[in-house]
Amino acid sequence: MEAHTLAPEEHFIRKEPYYEPVGQEIGIFEAAYRNRLPVLLKGPTGCGKTRFMEYMAWRLKRPLITVSCHDDLTASDLVGRFLVKGGETVWVDGPLARAVRAGGICYLDEIVEARKDTMVVIHPLADDRRALPMEKLGTLLEADDDFCLAISYNPGYQSVLKDLKQSTRQRFVALEFSYPAAELERKIVSTESGVAPDIAEKLVKFAQMTRNLKGSGLEEGASTRLLVHAAKLIASHIDPVMACRSAIAQALTDDEEMLAAVQELSSSLF
Amino acid sequence: MTPRPHSVSAITRYLEELLEVEFTFLQVGELAASLAALAAEDREFLLGWTRRIASTNIQIAYQFALRAIKLLDHTDRRMIEAWALHAMDTYDRAGLSAGMGIIREEANFAHHSHAWSAGVVFEEVSGIMLNFVHGLSGRRLKLEQGEAAYTDSETLFLPAVIARMQTAKDNFTLCKAMVAMMWAQTRFGSFRVQLPQLLDTYEDSERALKCFQALETLRLQARIAEELPGLHREMQKISMQLGETLPPDWQAFARQLERSDATVEDSLGLLTAAYAGMTLPSLCYQGELHPEAVAARMATRIAKEKMLLRVKLAQLAQEVQKHRNATSEDQAAKFGLAEKPENESGLTAPELTLDGALIAPPEDVRQLITSIQLDLGEIPPEYLVAAGPGEYDPSLYEEKPADPDAVWQGTYHEEGATLYPEWDYGRQHYRKNWCVMREKDVTPVHDGFRAATLDKYSGLLKHLRKTFEAMRDENRLLKRQSYGDNVDIDALVEALADARDGSEMSDRLFMRMHRSERNIAVMFMVDMSGSTRGWINDAERESLLLLCETLETLGDRYAIYGFSGTTRKRCELFRIKRFDEPYCEEVQDRISGIRPQEYTRMGFAIRHLTSLLKGVEARTRLLITLSDGKPDDYNDNYRTRYGIEDTRKALQEAQRSGIHPFCITLDEKARDYLPHLYGAVNYTVVDEVGKLPFKVADIYRRLTS
Repeated sequence: MEAHTLAPEEHFIRKEPYYEPVGQEIGIFEAAYRNRLPVLLKGPTGCGKTRFMEYMAWRLKRPLITVSCHDDLTASDLVGRFLVKGGETVWVDGPLARAVRAGGICYLDEIVEARKDTMVVIHPLADDRRALPMEKLGTLLEADDDFCLAISYNPGYQSVLKDLKQSTRQRFVALEFSYPAAELERKIVSTESGVAPDIAEKLVKFAQMTRNLKGSGLEEGASTRLLVHAAKLIASHIDPVMACRSAIAQALTDDEEMLAAVQELSSSLF
Repeated sequence: MTPRPHSVSAITRYLEELLEVEFTFLQVGELAASLAALAAEDREFLLGWTRRIASTNIQIAYQFALRAIKLLDHTDRRMIEAWALHAMDTYDRAGLSAGMGIIREEANFAHHSHAWSAGVVFEEVSGIMLNFVHGLSGRRLKLEQGEAAYTDSETLFLPAVIARMQTAKDNFTLCKAMVAMMWAQTRFGSFRVQLPQLLDTYEDSERALKCFQALETLRLQARIAEELPGLHREMQKISMQLGETLPPDWQAFARQLERSDATVEDSLGLLTAAYAGMTLPSLCYQGELHPEAVAARMATRIAKEKMLLRVKLAQLAQEVQKHRNATSEDQAAKFGLAEKPENESGLTAPELTLDGALIAPPEDVRQLITSIQLDLGEIPPEYLVAAGPGEYDPSLYEEKPADPDAVWQGTYHEEGATLYPEWDYGRQHYRKNWCVMREKDVTPVHDGFRAATLDKYSGLLKHLRKTFEAMRDENRLLKRQSYGDNVDIDALVEALADARDGSEMSDRLFMRMHRSERNIAVMFMVDMSGSTRGWINDAERESLLLLCETLETLGDRYAIYGFSGTTRKRCELFRIKRFDEPYCEEVQDRISGIRPQEYTRMGFAIRHLTSLLKGVEARTRLLITLSDGKPDDYNDNYRTRYGIEDTRKALQEAQRSGIHPFCITLDEKARDYLPHLYGAVNYTVVDEVGKLPFKVADIYRRLTS
């Protein structure tokens, strides 16, 4: 099979992504979308924020443009820049401008990682003005009615330096995500990976154990995503203890002692 | 290290000196002869350790040498080392007779000498085991070394060495099984009965206790099989290796206790029958039960947690009330519990409700509820009544740090202090929990010190501010870069023109935002020892004030702590400015209030401030010491090489965790020892006290630019 090349605004999600609602997040998101309010997703890594966005894009039938923010992401990476083509300068829209034009859902993942000036660019888009100033072009791009801005952030591990500013966060409707309850998480793990429910249950129990360790050596407990990884390995006939080691323990920490402890926990369970 | 002697007479002389025979009258002749007969390597090993122990206590060293010589040929070196260290630790903690006890009980240590090489040493596994037990559900348990494997329901104790099995792997499994068994005792309610009273009804209460423990082990084993099947398999394997089998009558007991709803009451129900029987099985991982220790611990905990929960609930109710805008103020908030079938870890954790609605309690309340539930098996309704105002004495639950000075009014104790290890170079090992450290606040003095100093040094300050401002790095746009976020149109136009012209085209066509990032956190550790009395103290205070004034223009994060102490039992750090505190009047007055205290014990200060620095996120972390002399302490060998070596070790630890130590000293003799401590370049000697205020800020500028 050949890889498809798609323009960002053509990225429609055609197949329903698997998503289990944890609370009323779907209803709230839809209401926010209808009222053209931007949305902030809070929660630890791997708890389903991105999957939720894919699901909502599918449900609302809008293209999803995801930007993973990093600490060198500048405003022009989002808005656009001049490039040189055959001796002329040409303006090229950034992903945010594309989404604004096309009326898509722009999802800025881990927004706090981006540089501070980036945050300010989204302010006029995130309130009732709904416009993106294109400073370099000297124009103002008004958002299509279908456009939606969503950002995510993990309040758990980022440093104080990277906290979300009040002026930013107070523009958004916030949805809080956390790890699903045990029963639901078990269902998610087994549906996603195809392992037997009893294996999924043990994995969830194991995740709970690592979450107990949060704060005493682990920055974060095992996320649902890691559980799914481990479960997929197990479904491909990897020994469960080994799968937990590779997919979960090693992903959580480099600390030898902690690794050994996590390892002991998993071998106690399986 | 100098080579050690090998002839009998040389060894005799060496030992005589080491063991101070002149005063101790120890007989070393025979010992020297047998040492001389050893292989060179073994002799080195023994003499080395004897010397290390002798730096702690001569009698222990002598006894060690006598006994270790017999152990050498059939014991792993690692075990002998563990034995020696255990003895020294015990000596530190509990004195000579306890330390000697450990040495004399080499038989205990040697008991399974063939398996010694395979033993697990507490120190090596404690980190893993602690994380392991924290991963399991329930109360947050602590782990400590003790004489046997038992728990007081809050702390798990493990022996120094576990060596019952043949291989290291099996011993590790055994250790893990013991930990899990003790965890299960707290988790599945072994202590929910009044054991001491119940046992007293039996004629042989010791045997009754053993029977009870065996029954509980069977019950908990079944619980573990359910919760941790992998571990249960391993437990069975090692038990089988040791040939442990259950007598027939006990097998019947086991079947009854295997039911998943069996409780400690069921074990008690079988106790009479078990007591009457002839046999008494003992499983390798069952450890010991110390009912008195548990009872004492539980009695205080239950009372305390009841109070804490009720107080916390009252606070919670108040908060919720505020949110709801208090419509029904006269009506007390009613807490309840909603039973949730089964949570993730199999522990039925009831959810808290307020006036019928579910609420999410904060983490500490949740842990309290878990802990209470583990003790009592349920949350009694009276626990859920929020405490009324004044019902409890606030001093009982308010977690205010105990007044560090109050400690000295009563008997000596270490409550509320942080313990730090200290490096003993003679022993070549740490003395555990040796320094008793407390943080104290400097009493601010409101005497217009800041105004006077600023006035005195107004010229210098202006100069400093200017130079520091120049260091400040601001966001600026860099043009004509070879890479960047954006095209530099001016450069491009020029380059295109150049290209048309036939000349070479520049590749510097981009512009880039340069971010200011002086990501520095600095900790100033100020000598507050008695020797700074007088103008050194004045100079220190003035320097600090000027430094703060200039640092404010720079925007670096900084903290200032003073250190002093008298003996290891009273190591004090004085907070002058914390990292998260702004440079306010209070801080200025505290700087003014810096007064000479006692001695200069340094290791603990470096260790504590290192840990504080590590908590600050910064690319560069600096630890700058302002001092006037060598490490020193009252009536202690700290002023000798011991203190120097401990300080050096502490600095090495700091360096290992990515902190750059630097020292500014007024001691002219410092060149003799500071290079050894800080390295050849990481110190500056200011030879005139009066110059200190001029120098400190300047040195800081050089260090960080």
